[in-house]
Amino acid sequence: MADTSIIPAALSGIFELLSPNPPGWGGNLLRGLAHSLQIALGSFGMGLVIGTLGAYGKLYGGPVVRDLAAIYTTLVRAIPELVLILLLYYAGTDLINRVLEGMGYQRVDISGLVAGIVVLGFVQGAYATEVLRGAIKSIPQGEVEAARAYGMSPSLMMRRITLPAMLPHALPGLANLWLISTKDTSLLAVVGFAELTLETRQAAGATKAYFLFYVAAGALYLFITLFSNAIIGRVEIWARRGMPSVKEAR
Amino acid sequence: MMMEAVTVSTDPLQRAYSEKAEAIHVENLHKRFGALEVLKGVSLTAKDGDVVAMIGGSGSGKSTFLRCINFLENPTSGVIRINGEDVKMVSDGHGGMYPSNRRQIERIRSKLGMVFQNFNLWQHMTLIQNVIEVPVHVLGMKRDEAMVIGEQLLERVGLSAKRDVYPAYLSGGQQQRGAIARALAIQPRVMLFDEPTSALDPELVGEVLRVIGDLAKEGRTMLLVTHEMKFAREVASHVMYLHNGIVEEEGPPEELFGSPKSERLKQFIRTVS
Repeated sequence: MADTSIIPAALSGIFELLSPNPPGWGGNLLRGLAHSLQIALGSFGMGLVIGTLGAYGKLYGGPVVRDLAAIYTTLVRAIPELVLILLLYYAGTDLINRVLEGMGYQRVDISGLVAGIVVLGFVQGAYATEVLRGAIKSIPQGEVEAARAYGMSPSLMMRRITLPAMLPHALPGLANLWLISTKDTSLLAVVGFAELTLETRQAAGATKAYFLFYVAAGALYLFITLFSNAIIGRVEIWARRGMPSVKEAR
Repeated sequence: MMMEAVTVSTDPLQRAYSEKAEAIHVENLHKRFGALEVLKGVSLTAKDGDVVAMIGGSGSGKSTFLRCINFLENPTSGVIRINGEDVKMVSDGHGGMYPSNRRQIERIRSKLGMVFQNFNLWQHMTLIQNVIEVPVHVLGMKRDEAMVIGEQLLERVGLSAKRDVYPAYLSGGQQQRGAIARALAIQPRVMLFDEPTSALDPELVGEVLRVIGDLAKEGRTMLLVTHEMKFAREVASHVMYLHNGIVEEEGPPEELFGSPKSERLKQFIRTVS
């Protein structure tokens, strides 16, 4: 009896529990996975945008912009993510509603998905700022100078020269950030957002099959990572297209 | 202009020259890096078809002068007129100045084909992509059209076979010839060469100089900063010798190299040749 509560004895029991159709909990887990991926993609994308702006601000901005960017990256990287999530999630939604009420509008319910993306994106942005800043600095300055010398406007230069040229230097750092963002989604369980970890906890709690469901969740996280690695590998080969292989230089 | 109109020469060759348009006119250019004054009032006028060579020791300011012309460096003071257009400058409040109109600078830059000492080809683009990049994205030329011109230019510099190769896989000489093709692709009013052979292995210098020499022969307007004295003497129509930020001596190459007046230039020619 104790056996079945931790590890279901019969395989058929496992399949029943993991079945995507109720009373199996597999559907809940997959829904949680989908939510986690949505948040990871959204927050990583938002982090890239903030990171690009932050990196440009830190490198080329005036003193005020540089200071603001420095405060942002320092604070966000200093505070534990869990604390930031709690702070931004509760204080953030409260602030928005207070502002709305102050302006005479109705309170709004902020969806957990949007809030999760914004909160994690804000955190990702700080790390991405530093990754991209380092990558931009590693572009040979002559290439940037050539772009200026041929009359490129700043935005054209960014699109055609700076971003593609810095990408191979940024990719290892960005790949790290992406994998971190897939796992950081689990932190949103604390604010009650139904992502993979919370769904797993509920399934495990309801069936007492803790081991089974946490292993299943772990396998899903592992699957995300393996799939990501395959994609990142291809992107890296493409981004390094003009660069001789490191092995050849050895 | 007024002065020239009054002093029209009777020599027909001379008159034809004075009627040519000014491509670049620089007056009393100063450039200061902190306490160090690198240029102390340099002037230059290049008309269409002129090949002006700038020579001088390292630190003489010749490269800085060239870089001021397309505003890779902001001059501290002076007047620059390119393509008949006065570049609008405003004071930066710290004794220097900067161009007030970014678009004007971008327009002017896209008329000047710059060739760098270190080639500076864009590493993430193949050779042909490097060549068509500015025509397509800055000048708004159609891609097909730019490709046709780009392929002609690569053929001209002897790199047709390398059109789809990334710069990192090319020799220095090939990269520099590619960079010259990139400069030619914008159909520049003036070509600017900043020590184009200084970073090359000795055996690769010849192929690059041949290309530049051909351009001079076909009447391209060029400003050339170089250490290759023999080459400067062959291709230049006018040579300027800079020393410590001023033009110590200038004139036609036969005069400057044949019978240098200043003691410094005599010594310089002796040491480099």
